[in-house]
Parts: sequence; C-alpha cells; structure tokens
Amino acid sequence: MPLIQMPTDPLVEIRDLQTHFFTDDGVVKAVDGVDLDVHANRTLCILGESGCGKSIMARSILRIVDAPGRIVNGSITYRNAGGETIDLAKARHGSRALRAIRGQDIAMIFQEPMSSLGPIQKIGKQITETILSHRPMSKAEAKETAIEMLDRVGIPKPAERFEAYAFELSGGMRQRAMIAMALSCQPRLLIADEPTTALDVTTQAQILDLIAELKDEFQMGVMLITHDLGVVAEVAEDVAVMYMGKVVETGDVYSIFENPQHPYTKALLASVPRMGAKRQRRLPAIRGMVPHPLARPSGCTFRTRCDHFMPGICDVAEPPMIATGDSRAACFLHTEVAQDG
Amino acid sequence: MTDIPVEKISPTEGDDDVQMPALLGPWALMWRKFRRHRVAYASLWVVVLIYLLALFGEFFTTTEIGETNVRAPFAPPMGISLFVENEDGSTDFQLHAKGLKLELDREAMRRTFVEDPDKIIPLGFFVEGYAYELLGFIPMETHFFGPKNKRDRVYFWGADRLGRDIYSRIIMGTRISMSIGLVGVVVSLFIGISLGGISGYYGGWIDNVIQRIIEFIRSIPTIPLWMGLAAAIPLGWPPIRTYFVVTLIVSMIGWTGLAREVRGKFLSLRNEDFITAARLDGLTDWEIIWKHMVPSFSSHIIASLTLAVPLMILAETSLSFLGIGLQPPTVSWGTLLKEAQNIRTIIQAPWLLIAPGTMIVVAVLALNFLGDGLRDAADPNAH
Amino acid sequence: MLGYVYRRILYMIPTVFLVSIVTFIIIQLPPGDYLDTLAAELSDSGGLDSGTLEALRDQYGLGQPMYVQYWKWITGILFHGDFGLSFEKNLPVNDLIWDRLGWTFAISLLTLLFIWAVALPIGIYSAVRKYSVGDYAATFFGFIGLAVPNFLLALVMMYVAFKYFGQSVGGLVSPEYIDAPWTWDKIVDLLKHIWMPIVVVGTSGAAALIRIMRANLLDELYRPYVVTARAKGMSEFQLLMRYPVRVALNPFISTIGWILPTLVSGEIIVAVVMNLPTTGPMLLRALLVQDMYLAGSLILIVSLLTVLGTLISDLLLAWIDPRIRYQ
Ligand SMILES: Nc1ncnc2c1ncn2[C@@H]1O[C@H](COP(=O)(O)OP(=O)(O)OP(=O)(O)O)[C@@H](O)[C@H]1O
Ligand code: SF4
Ligand SMILES: [Mg+2]
Repeated sequence: MPLIQMPTDPLVEIRDLQTHFFTDDGVVKAVDGVDLDVHANRTLCILGESGCGKSIMARSILRIVDAPGRIVNGSITYRNAGGETIDLAKARHGSRALRAIRGQDIAMIFQEPMSSLGPIQKIGKQITETILSHRPMSKAEAKETAIEMLDRVGIPKPAERFEAYAFELSGGMRQRAMIAMALSCQPRLLIADEPTTALDVTTQAQILDLIAELKDEFQMGVMLITHDLGVVAEVAEDVAVMYMGKVVETGDVYSIFENPQHPYTKALLASVPRMGAKRQRRLPAIRGMVPHPLARPSGCTFRTRCDHFMPGICDVAEPPMIATGDSRAACFLHTEVAQDG
Repeated sequence: MTDIPVEKISPTEGDDDVQMPALLGPWALMWRKFRRHRVAYASLWVVVLIYLLALFGEFFTTTEIGETNVRAPFAPPMGISLFVENEDGSTDFQLHAKGLKLELDREAMRRTFVEDPDKIIPLGFFVEGYAYELLGFIPMETHFFGPKNKRDRVYFWGADRLGRDIYSRIIMGTRISMSIGLVGVVVSLFIGISLGGISGYYGGWIDNVIQRIIEFIRSIPTIPLWMGLAAAIPLGWPPIRTYFVVTLIVSMIGWTGLAREVRGKFLSLRNEDFITAARLDGLTDWEIIWKHMVPSFSSHIIASLTLAVPLMILAETSLSFLGIGLQPPTVSWGTLLKEAQNIRTIIQAPWLLIAPGTMIVVAVLALNFLGDGLRDAADPNAH
Repeated sequence: MLGYVYRRILYMIPTVFLVSIVTFIIIQLPPGDYLDTLAAELSDSGGLDSGTLEALRDQYGLGQPMYVQYWKWITGILFHGDFGLSFEKNLPVNDLIWDRLGWTFAISLLTLLFIWAVALPIGIYSAVRKYSVGDYAATFFGFIGLAVPNFLLALVMMYVAFKYFGQSVGGLVSPEYIDAPWTWDKIVDLLKHIWMPIVVVGTSGAAALIRIMRANLLDELYRPYVVTARAKGMSEFQLLMRYPVRVALNPFISTIGWILPTLVSGEIIVAVVMNLPTTGPMLLRALLVQDMYLAGSLILIVSLLTVLGTLISDLLLAWIDPRIRYQ
C-alpha cells in the first residue's frame, strides 16, 4: 500500500539491491538490501552518514562500481521513454544497451569537480564526446550544442571555455562544466553525488539552484546524495535515509522532517541546531560510532547506537520496512512484534 | 547549513559484542603485508642464503680458488650420482662423482673429456679439505660438501682454462660481488640521505644546486663515465684498494634515486608538527634529520636500498667484465664472466657463462623481488 | 611554451658545463701528461722533433695551470671543433669518432622505438588485466629483463644464435659488406644483424618501461575522471585510450630522459661484446691504452648528445601536456 500516490510509474525501481566489496579482509556489504523508487520530475534526496553506502548505491544504478565491488543480488529496473523496462543490475558489463543508457538516459555528476574531469583533455572535447557517443550529429553541431550547454549552466564566455583545460577553471566552474556535460544529452534522470561538498557556500547555493532549475526545465528526475540536511530541506521532494547499506526510512520530505519514525532519522534531525539556539559543540549528535563495515551488528544494524534498543528483539532479526506514520521505516518499534512484546 | 557529524565523540557502551580488527604497529603491519607477498618472502630467504654463502664461503667450497690443474683445463661439470655398483653386482648408496679422462678426438683433432666410469670419487658432507680460516679467524679444515679423499678433485660446475674449479670460485665471488652491493649501498645511503635531506630540508638555492647535480648525473650515460674513472685505477694497485675505489664508483649511481625520494619525503615532512616541535626543543638540523625525519620513513629507505643493491652488483659486474673494474686474481662474478668474453670460449665451455650468469640473475632477481615486496608493504597507498 | 623552452635550454647550460669538467678530469686522471705519452709512443717510430712537441705543448697549454689547460681544451672544441689527437692512431680525434658515434646513436634511437613498441601495449594490457596470466608473464619478463645484465644477455644470445641457428654474430653487417657501398642487399644484411643489439640493449629498458606504464596506468585507472567517462556511455576501449592511457602516457614519455642515457650506456657495453663498429669498443680500447683525448672526446660527445636528446624529449612532453606548458 504505497502512501504517496505517484502519478506515473517510477523511472527506476530498485529492489533488494546488494552490492558487496570482496576485499582481502572480508566482504564489505556496502549496499545490503536497498529498495527505492526514483520518479520523473521529482527530487529524491539520499541522506546518511559517511560510509553508509550512498555513493555505491548510486553507482550501482549506472553499473560503475569498481572492483572488488559487485552487485550480488537484486534488481534495478529502468523504464525508458517508450515504457520498456530493462534490469540494469543484470545487464552485461560494457554492453551496448547499458552504454546507451549511461549519459543519455541517466547521467551522473560527482563529488570532486577537481578530479572528475579529464586532466589533460579540453573541457569542450569532453562534452562533445558525450554528445557524439549518443546523438547522430556532426562535430560542428556537437560543438554548438556543447557551447549552448556551457552557456546554459552559467559559464561566462562559453566559446572560450570550450577550449580550456580543467585546471584552468575554478571549482565552481568545473562543477558547472560537469553539469553541462551530464545534461548535454538531456537525460531523464540525473544522479548528483554530493555535487556541492567541495565548493564554498555561495557556489553551493548557486549550483543547487541551477540543478533545481534544470530539473524543471528538462522534467527530469533527480537523485541527490548529500550529508547536508539544509540541502535536503531546500530541494528535496522525497527523502531516503540510509544506514549501513540499508534504507531505514523513506517518505516525502514533509513527513520525514515533521514526523520522523526511525530512531536514526530522529537522531539525525535532532542534531540540527534549532534556529537561534546556540550550537553546543561538544555534544555528540548521535552517540556512538558507525560500526566497522566488517563487523556488522546482528539484527537491526542501528542497535548499537539506538536509545530504544530492545534486547531479544532488535538483535535477533532484521526489522522489515513497514508503513508507519506518513512514511515507511525499518524499526521494530513499529511492528506487531514489538508492540506485543 | 549543517552537516551530519561524521565522527563519534564519545564511545558507546553496549557495543562490546562488536569487535574491531586488532590494531598493529607500523612495523608489524608492514611485516604482515610483506609476508602475504609470497614471492618477496621466498626471495628474502634466497637473499639470506646468498649472504650466508658469501660470509662462510670457504666452508662451502671444495677447492682453493687459486688452485690450477693442468689435467683439467675446461673440464665439464660433473654430475653427482647416488649409487655405486660393487664388484659382486649389488648396489650401495654412495654419493659420488665420476672422474674424467682426456681422450683425443681424431676427427676434430681436439682433446675432449669423457667420463671415466672406473674412477669413482666418493663425496660426503663435512669432509676434510684445504685449510682456511672461517670468518677470517677460526682455523678450519672441514668443508660442507666435497670429495671424501682430500686429494681428489671435483668440478661440479666445470673448470676454467687453467683447470680452476668454477663452483668454488663462484662461491667466493659471491663474497666480493654481494659485498660491493652492500658497501656501495651504505655509501649511497649516506650521500643520498645527506644530500636529499639537505635539499628537502632547507629548500631554496641549496635544493636547486643539489637537484641540478642529481639531474646532471641522471642525464648523462653513466657507463662511459665510470669506464673513464675506473680505467684510471692503476693496474698495480693492491686488490683491496681497487675494491674500494670500484665500490665508490659504483655507489655513484645509487644515491641519486635515493636522494630524490628522501627529498620528496622531507619536503612533505618539513612542516609537520613533530618536526616543528623538535626544532623548538632546540635540536640541531642534523639531529632533526637523523633522529626524527629519517626514522619516520625508514621503511621506504629500506625498500629503496634493497632495490639499489642489485644495481650496484650489475654495475660491478659490467665494469669487471670489461676489464676496468676489479682485476684478477680478485674473484668476483664479473671477473669470472670475463673468462667467457669471446664466443669461441663460450662454445667450448658454456659453463663459464652459464654458472656465474645464473648466479647473477638469481641474486639480482631475488633482491628485486625482495625490494619490491618491501616497497609494497611500506607504502600505505599501494594498490 | 616559449618561456618554458628558454628555461629548459637555460637549465641545460650548467649540465653541459659539468659534463665538460668531468670529462676534462677524466682526461687528466692518468698519471703523466699527454705529450709525454705521445712522445714516448712516437719516438719508436721515428718520433716528433722537439719543435713540433713544443708547439703542441703550447697549443694544449700543458704544464700550465689546470684552468688554462681546461680553457684551451674547451675553446679548441667550441671554436675550432678540435678534439685533440689520438696518440695511439696518431690522427685527429675528429677523423675517428663520428662514424662510430653515428652508429651508437642510431642504435640507441632504434632501441628506444623498439622499447616503446614493446612496452606500451604490454604495459597497458598488464594494468588493465591486472593479475591475469598475461600480467604475471609480463611481470616475470620484467623482472628477468631487469636482472640480466646487458652484456650477459648479449653473450647468451650470441651463443644461442651460433649454436642453434648457425648464424654468424658480431658486427653490424657480414664481413663481405663491411667496406661495400650501400646497396639494397647490404641494408637487408644490416637488418639481419642489427636487431640483435637492439633487442639486447632494449630488454632491460622495455622491462622497466612495462612496469612503469603498468604502475602509471594503475594509478590512473581508478581515478574519478575515468568513472565520469564511463558514466558518459563511452565504450571501455575508447575511454581507456582517451583518458587513463592518455594521462599515463606523459610520465611514460618523460622516462625518455633517463632511458636514453641507459640505452647509450648499454649500447656501449653490448658493442664491446658484439664487436659492433660503434663507440663502445673504441672507447674501451682508448681507456685501456689511456688514449685520453680520444676517450674524453667520446665521453663528452656521447654525454652531450644524450643531454640534447633528453632536452628534446622534455620539450615534446611540454608540447603534449598542457599542465607543463602552462606552468
Ligand atoms: N573499493 C572499496 N573497497 C572496499 N570497500 C569499499 C570500497 N568502496 C567503498 N567501500 C565501502 O563501501 C561503503 C560505502 O561507501 P560509499 O562510498 O557508498 O559511502 P558514502 O555513503 O557515499 O559515504 P560518503 O558520504 O563519505 O561519500 C563504505 O563503508 C566503504 O567501506
Ligand atoms: S529496531 Fe530496535 S534497535 Fe533498531 S532502530 Fe528500531 S528500536 Fe532501535
Ligand atoms: Mg559518497
């Protein structure tokens, strides 16, 4: 029983996704059973502490997880403009179908604008390359489109910048160039992995505004990964909260902010200082630390830090995702078991 | 805008059932990583073995290295057989080598060696042989392996043109060649760390000058230069002096790489807190370099040193081979190979080339593997 | 770019100066002065009259302070192209060396090309298919190549060629062509001979470069910009060549700087073993008989040409790498 009525089928449906890293020291379950829907023309924010698997989850969608990481289970169903579906999780590595989707249907921008652009290739070349791999255009047309895109994302003197190298641009300009590159084929879904973390505050706001603007213009779905609750409050329509490779709570931004259900979400929100209140620097926001990825707690992964930990319940089984309040959360506080016990 | 706190501040109670992987010290960690590198680990033992061979050389030889034998010029390598046939037809276990006799090959008009089945040379462990001083001061006559009869001669790896035993000569050559590598490395370690350290520590024009010198040495072909320097060593010099000069010449290659590496480390360490603290404590620059900075990257230095040793061994070998490094009667792998300088000799007695050649390749390979493994283990960002 | 070129050429000057000093020292190292040896040598065969001897003594500044001698020597070279006399051959050094230097550099450059042709594809393969059988084979070859000294490899190859293929070895052409004019047959014969020194000299360099290329590429292969390129939908081969390989190529090219000197060094040793008509045997002989002006000139010119080669490679590098160019 979906709580939030969506007008259309989701663009991307992720079901029970598990992406694991097979390292020398053991298996790191970076993503461990994620269910998520991404809709067109909506902004979904993925929220969670560092290392909880946000980036790996996003990269799994495009199948760009580097070895020793591997999708071991689950499906990622992408629905293209014609309504046909393809399971990206099962697509063959480097297959034509997969490549056709990358950059054209689903595009991604990354956290580090410094290192995410080729260091010794001209910016313009990197953009036209994308266009030429997907569109039947001549080089001149591609160049024109690229310069238009550079202009659209607010890069001054786009024709000149077309010939520039990444090291000649400031961080903000590089991130704009990245966005221009990602949007050059007008993708239906834009995945932005902490696009503003490396930038100063003013530039952060400009880039976020730009993304929001372009989302409306192109009617695309946006998946925005962030640490930053302020960003979420500003741009999100839907929110998914991740903890140790799992989504622990999802819902629309109002439900999550007004009426969080999962103890972890509550703790996260509590860590935001109230307007006007003086920030207490030494008070830990969420007590304890994230367990080592190789030493996952049994049962509920959050139990080592949870104030509502129920011995004999929370450490025995994994809490299922349950509709509760206005959102869905994975916590035994909201299941029959807990209420009975 | 507020960030979700990334780090914990207070430890949690109640997470004691979730254990963390044990933390190891840097050296233990390096050792553990190194152990995992199997080839490197095996190479470590090969290197240890070779140096033991160098240290206790005489003990492992069968014949004195200067001893010539007019009856065995270019004698081929002898195999070691396990069983002898008694007169009554039964067989006994007895390690032995078959003697050789000279036969005239009438067609080629050449004398060749053939195995003499009647001449059995019994072999054994810890046999009595020529007298020597172990480590230079323990008088001994026992040898690890060789003919049981003191007067018999065996040539496991053949003999050279004067009938000298290649096997024994190679073992003794190990001492010279491997020690040149070591001594050379010590010299270049000193030069490299001092100059690299000064360069990285002070920066500025000193750095510039030293960098130019390093660039200079690296940008010119070194072989002709060494050849020029080595050729100036008077032939009449005593071997020990030649040895040291050759070592010095050879160590001129190793230090530049080391100095660069050290400089890089110093540049990045210069502004670290613990260096500033040491400076505030009133330590001299020299003390800071050697007591604080060098130990902090000694694992890297050890790896680089290990990789420099084979370079020097190769350099010595090349120079001696050309006849402008060590001179006979000094025995090194290089001077041994000099015996195999022309193709006609090699065709007549391939073992002159193969035996010392194999030794060099094995030693250099082992040192390279070892150095590589150490480097990987020392480098936290290694792949 | 121009600024960079000037700077780089300026940097070369102290190097060249140092080379000349070191060479001069080498020339001066053997005891006795050059003319004593020359006089002793020539007195057997009739000898020089004392007038000529004095003239020479004056020309080379012998008996005067070192810096005067150096000055006379270096200006003789710079302004008159006069490298002195080879007392062993009693000929101007100039008449003896250029052919041989030409061959040394021809072989070194060909070897460089050979190394590149071998190391680039193998290095790329090794990095992309890390820990595959091919990678292990390449790594193994790399270690062997670095562990076998040039001259040893030369001996082994000569032995194998002679023993199993019955091929005459040594020299760059068969004896019957040595003084023959250049014909097609002679070129074919040259090619039949020259590959062996090239392979011998190039092996260790190729081994080193394979490892360098592999390491460089491994450094680049997992960089964010590669992920970006992949996320754009480029094919693996395309993105490999256009991004990580392209970036890893630059440090690879800059290795010319140090590979060239080692090639020249290697060529000199190998030439001695294989008896090639290049610098090696002449230099060795000159050093052994202490024909120091000949030896010194060879060392000087070989070093200078190498420095020049390095300069050219650096300029090339700046030309293809914008980051250096714009510094
Ligand atoms: N190459 C790898 N090898 C082993 N483990 C990895 C690798 N890459 C990521 N991981 C593991 O995957 C987990 C999730 O990583 P991910 O990058 O998705 O975190 P994140 O939520 O994006 O964090 P951040 O906010 O810091 O970007 C981490 O715990 C990390 O240990
Ligand atoms: S399941 Fe238990 S431990 Fe986990 S969040 Fe809910 S109450 Fe806390
Ligand atoms: Mg991330």
